[in-house]
Amino acid sequence: MSDTWMDGNSMAGPLREVFSVDVTEAVGRCASCKSTGPLAEGRVFGPAPGLVLRCPACDQPLLRLARTPGRTRLDLRGLEYLEFPWSD
Amino acid sequence: MAGTALSGRLNWLVSHLAGIRQETATARTLILDVPGWPGHLPGQHVDVRLTAEDGYSTERSYSIASAPDGTRLELTVQRLADGEVSPYLTEVFDLGYPLEVRGPIGGYFAWRPALAPPVLLIGGGSGVVPLMAMLRTRIATASTAPMRLIYSTRSPDTLLYAEELRRIAIAGQDAGLTAEIVYTRSAPPGWTGRVGRLDAAWLRTLTGARAASSRCYICGPTGFVENVADLLTSQGLADWQIRTERFGPGGGS
Amino acid sequence: MPIVTPGFHGRPRGAKKELPPGQYLVHDFPVLSAGPTPRVRPENWEFRITTESGQVHAWNWTAFQALPAEDITVDLHCVTKWSKLDTPWRGVSLDTLMADVTTTAGYALARSVGGYTTNMPLQDLLGGRAWIAFRYAGHDLTPEHGGPARLLVPHLYLWKSAKWVQRIDLLSRDEPGFWETLGYHNYGDPWLEQRYQGD
Repeated sequence: MSDTWMDGNSMAGPLREVFSVDVTEAVGRCASCKSTGPLAEGRVFGPAPGLVLRCPACDQPLLRLARTPGRTRLDLRGLEYLEFPWSD
Repeated sequence: MAGTALSGRLNWLVSHLAGIRQETATARTLILDVPGWPGHLPGQHVDVRLTAEDGYSTERSYSIASAPDGTRLELTVQRLADGEVSPYLTEVFDLGYPLEVRGPIGGYFAWRPALAPPVLLIGGGSGVVPLMAMLRTRIATASTAPMRLIYSTRSPDTLLYAEELRRIAIAGQDAGLTAEIVYTRSAPPGWTGRVGRLDAAWLRTLTGARAASSRCYICGPTGFVENVADLLTSQGLADWQIRTERFGPGGGS
Repeated sequence: MPIVTPGFHGRPRGAKKELPPGQYLVHDFPVLSAGPTPRVRPENWEFRITTESGQVHAWNWTAFQALPAEDITVDLHCVTKWSKLDTPWRGVSLDTLMADVTTTAGYALARSVGGYTTNMPLQDLLGGRAWIAFRYAGHDLTPEHGGPARLLVPHLYLWKSAKWVQRIDLLSRDEPGFWETLGYHNYGDPWLEQRYQGD
């Protein structure tokens, strides 16, 4: 067993504690390799001590999330942008 | 997206166990009553949270097994021998007990019943759970999208939803709904079909001519999902036609 | 406020007098990771210490193996609350690696293959409190536990013991690392239960 990562959709729950929309359906652009895709197709490592969503193309972190008492901190430096579809 | 609360942060809701359906010797479906449940799309999951008396708390994700049905939610839990949560949910958790749930979660691996294109569902082990929700929703909404389930499981002892799948296999075809079981280790007495793991040729036969125009959902242990996704890609399906949900190496918790 | 789940106990969390506050004892060795497991072959391995003035001290695997190493038995405390006692390692002390390094830096930043970082005061790496460990329980350190070599700083929470360590940079200013910038404590003393910023 090489690497135990989960699908990006497994991060949807913790992200829904913060965002009022489902961010895993948003399309993101990796700040490292510039590839794009829905966050659900990223690779999630964690959940402890935090969640790290990595680019499926280059493995760099897209998004990092840590829940510590009373707060959730989100580091989005690995994403150049997130693009959300309008709700239908 | 009627019926799904995609607005507002998710909060924990307190559900209570209203019913139990034993699926196999080691798996059972929990029928939860969840006041305040906003509805869901088949394919979505919930997080559950368990807290011991000393405050120790842990969370797990479970796919929703049921079609939308008011405040009622069904989860199918497989007991894992070395699990921390699944032995509790399959052996101790009892009628009337509370369980905190948060959801519905995950719009990516969800099927919207209004969609018309054919649907191909391929599940390995407990990966069949969210696919069953899709199947049940299709029936409940009288959708006419052709839907085919291919469900790979080790043996008749591990087969979930046996009775329901039997009925679908018999009667579903007229309604554009089919279910195929793939036994990988041992089959029921009288089984004349093949036994073993899916390979390229077998999958091609099972998926049929309609696969090329289908939306595919693959769910199960990581190895299973990756293998099947690769096989579908080799069959000519495009990446955008395939959505996957990996349960991790063990396939559950 | 979570409600109590009747009859749920979780994994055994017996209180033992030697454990830091909030920890429970495990007998397996959990693997937690922030990213994919790197596969580094010894022939490609290098460890370096760089000082605040840019001086580089580097060892390849052969040079590293030629250094005097120690067998040590230490307790591990993970911020996720598990503790594993009496773990046997073999490693080269940071005192040995720092012997010829001239520095006035007060801080260190450990960097791993794959980009993980973690910081600590330089003095916490010295005085027989830190090693670059390459064997665990009588075997070469496996990749899942940080092999070929990891930093081992057992008096701090285990996230400070960077797996797949590649280099340690000596800095004049503290630079919070991967988990520290996400809200975890900058220092991380398990006996003071310094898990999160503000503890």
